Amino acid sequence: MGANETGIIGQSVKRKEDARFLTGAGQYTDDVTLQNQTHAYFLRSPHAHAKIRAIDTSKARAAPGVIAVYTGADLEGVNGLPCGWLITSVDGTPMNEPPHPVLAKGKVRYVGDHVAMVVAETRSQAKDAAELIEVDYDVLPAVVNPVDALKPGAPQIHDEAPGNRCYTWSLGDKAAVDAAFAKAAHVTRLDLVNNRLIPNAIEPRAAVASYNRAEDAYTLYVTSQNPHVERLLMTAFVLGLPEHKVRVIAPDVGGGFGSKIYLYAEETAMVWASKRVNRPIKWAAERSESFVSDAHGRDHVTHAELALDKDGKFLAMRVQTTAAMGAYLSTFASCIPTILYATLLAGQYTTPAIHCEVTAAFTNTAPVDAYRGAGRPEATYVVERIVREAGVETGIAQDEIRRRNFIRSFPYQTPVALMYDIGDYDQTLAGATELADVKGFAARKAEAAKRGKLRGLGYASYIEACGLAPSNVAGALGARAGLFEAGQVRVHPTGSVTVFTGSHSHGQGHETTFAQIVAGRLGIPVDNVDIVHGDTGRVLFGMGTYGSRSLAVGGTAIVKALDKVVAKGKKIAAHLLEAAEADIEFEDGKFTVAGTDRSKTFAEIALTAYVPHNYPLDKLEPGLDETAFYDPTNFTYPAGTHICEVEVDPDTGVVQVVNFSACDDFGNIINPMIVEGQVHGGLAQGIGQALLENCVYDADSGQLLTGSYMDYAMPRADDLPSFKVTTRVTPCTHNPLGAKGCGEAGAIGSPAALMNAVLDALAPLGVRHLDMPASPHRVWQAIQSAKAAA
Amino acid sequence: MSIPIAMTVNGKAVAADIDPRTLLVDFLRTNLGLTGTHVGCDTAQCGACTVHMNGRAIKACNVLALQAQGATILTIEGLAPDGTMHPMQAAFKDCHGLQCGFCTPGMVMSALDLVNRHPQADEATIREQLEGNLCRCTGYHNIVKAVQQGAAAMAK
Repeated sequence: MGANETGIIGQSVKRKEDARFLTGAGQYTDDVTLQNQTHAYFLRSPHAHAKIRAIDTSKARAAPGVIAVYTGADLEGVNGLPCGWLITSVDGTPMNEPPHPVLAKGKVRYVGDHVAMVVAETRSQAKDAAELIEVDYDVLPAVVNPVDALKPGAPQIHDEAPGNRCYTWSLGDKAAVDAAFAKAAHVTRLDLVNNRLIPNAIEPRAAVASYNRAEDAYTLYVTSQNPHVERLLMTAFVLGLPEHKVRVIAPDVGGGFGSKIYLYAEETAMVWASKRVNRPIKWAAERSESFVSDAHGRDHVTHAELALDKDGKFLAMRVQTTAAMGAYLSTFASCIPTILYATLLAGQYTTPAIHCEVTAAFTNTAPVDAYRGAGRPEATYVVERIVREAGVETGIAQDEIRRRNFIRSFPYQTPVALMYDIGDYDQTLAGATELADVKGFAARKAEAAKRGKLRGLGYASYIEACGLAPSNVAGALGARAGLFEAGQVRVHPTGSVTVFTGSHSHGQGHETTFAQIVAGRLGIPVDNVDIVHGDTGRVLFGMGTYGSRSLAVGGTAIVKALDKVVAKGKKIAAHLLEAAEADIEFEDGKFTVAGTDRSKTFAEIALTAYVPHNYPLDKLEPGLDETAFYDPTNFTYPAGTHICEVEVDPDTGVVQVVNFSACDDFGNIINPMIVEGQVHGGLAQGIGQALLENCVYDADSGQLLTGSYMDYAMPRADDLPSFKVTTRVTPCTHNPLGAKGCGEAGAIGSPAALMNAVLDALAPLGVRHLDMPASPHRVWQAIQSAKAAA
Repeated sequence: MSIPIAMTVNGKAVAADIDPRTLLVDFLRTNLGLTGTHVGCDTAQCGACTVHMNGRAIKACNVLALQAQGATILTIEGLAPDGTMHPMQAAFKDCHGLQCGFCTPGMVMSALDLVNRHPQADEATIREQLEGNLCRCTGYHNIVKAVQQGAAAMAK
């Protein structure tokens, strides 16, 4: 892209956004205070499953400071919350899509379901009044596990979904898989649970909704990863408002990890109510509300089989997964265990035949949707756990069994729909092996054994698909939205630049990375570039940030807009320099007539565009403000190998991660410091899943048992090691940045690497299987069971 | 019912009449507009609301404003009054010790308290001492580096 010459691409530029965050000047949704604002509080269901016989709000309405109390019956003309992806079942029928009311109508289906909204002068008054609402519940039996939910006789959650089935979907050639298994020299079988997780961004969800009578328009501040999508869904599908009359602003957002992609009931009800009370309404979730009502992640139960020939080459894989949807379909719930899961089951390997069948079940729990990695960590966990098991069973070393099956020829068409454009898996495996000092492992293991500790080493060679695309292919697969991104580069008369991007930063550092792209291309200082995001009133359009798409898709839209800026600049320069447009070169911030020293600076061209005295007005519009939409031609395929080394105390079951090494290929990198930070954060979440975190609902009552930080084990500083991370580069072949994305990789590779390490450590004791998280209790139990069986 | 309260916040005397159940964090955020102190869990487990009260780090979501009667409070806004970042703030920026920024003010205030008590803290001590502050973005790797670098800069 001609940017590297200026040297700023690939530099660890310190972040532009940090000054405000470090001095308390960040502006998060809960920091927004509007004049005359009221406060909302949501009464939530205390039951996992119950009929609502009656709701009496009279006492609440009469309580001090109360302005209004709304229940589902009040929301006339308000539709349910939509699901953005239609999955079609094996039998050709569309998935069952039961209504997802903004406030419960007739029934509640999980602990935390929204029953009523109280609007009052203060938050305390709203909360006090909510306690006065009398709800007459007829409590019903509940089911929280997706496998149980599909059993005959399970409590029926929705009339529209018989047997609690949302869909049964499949991918791959079943006959080819069956044929390959029939001639296999060895078959490895494995049953796995991918534990349910609660995202836990440290900023709880929040919203401030207001209605402007003069303009008959609404403004919503909300903790969102994609404000334009939020607005589109809310106006067009739920509230029936004109889209242009609603402005959605996602200001500084304190982490998302997927959980802030979705359109939630709270802000929808608040926008609706803001006109009725004719005052701004503010709400911020308490942490206990976040636990019960943020969309959760994972929650799969899987049986997998891998067929190998006598040389350890993979012949076929067969996977059956039951995935929980929760009580209602969240915005993208349906595509996570299908389109973003089964398509990744080839991993880095040449397995020629793969078949995967997924049944999605409704459960009396919070909805399940994308959480960092979204389907791809689940796929990697299946592939890398069964590859380890196959290696153990066939006596092939862990690195060797992977190497023996690596894809080495690109582009590569997998048997599960994806076409990998490029990669070099030997390179990342070698990089991780070196980083992890695998050579020294035997000595470390022996040293640990002297102390009575067990050391283990675990590998995970993952692949992910990022920047979901292209729109038409996704549409054919059931997507109900586009998957492009928009970017606008506005050059000001003095040559400074404001970029408007449809991507959204909630920690990823777009204000710096995107500014580097612009500065590199235009040859101007980074400080002369500001990035605007997260405001439908300022940014033309956008699909937001999820699936590690920001740089590969959002960044490319900016590059395309920059191309247009440079192209127009060349026309202006040609006029000023009295040269042919084709002879103008642009480099290092200068438009030069090729082969001469005659040139104009970027700032001179910008000024000319806005003060067009000497200007080809008959051929060219004044101004320098260009927009581009970019719809990728393919996914990007980041990949790498993670190697985890653990030490297990066999007396207590405590697992300590002593070494974690990640060698990743994210394609070209704009800011290595930011990329490393993304990997660190992803690793912490993946290690959290494998070692600590587990969302547990009581099987009988459906109560959330892990509803606080005392019960849900978040990774803390002393649970984690310092990480060893490095990268290798094969540039993405189909976007001009050569970028693939780095936001989720850490969370995708690490759970399998860690569990494989724990199983390696425990192998001498006869432990063959363990599900996540490898908590001291579970590890100790597995050790005792193995001892008892011996 | 409202009760008069007075304290010193970031070097300035402040006074107000408040509902006695007002938490210190709400007093700072709502009454004083000091929104740099964040609420992440309201149960004293995440540390996003950490401020200094009479020189020690406390979690402002778990202290009534009335308990701070007459106290001296320092918040993130008081660390760089003249616009020049405190060495600990500068270290967080330099080491990329923050991403979304939400836990950051509490993390910096805890880090300062940590360094006051353990000026020579090693990595293990820093990790143990940060146990009361949750970060979901950074994996703590760069926070630990930042605290080490900030401590070294403060010692100069």
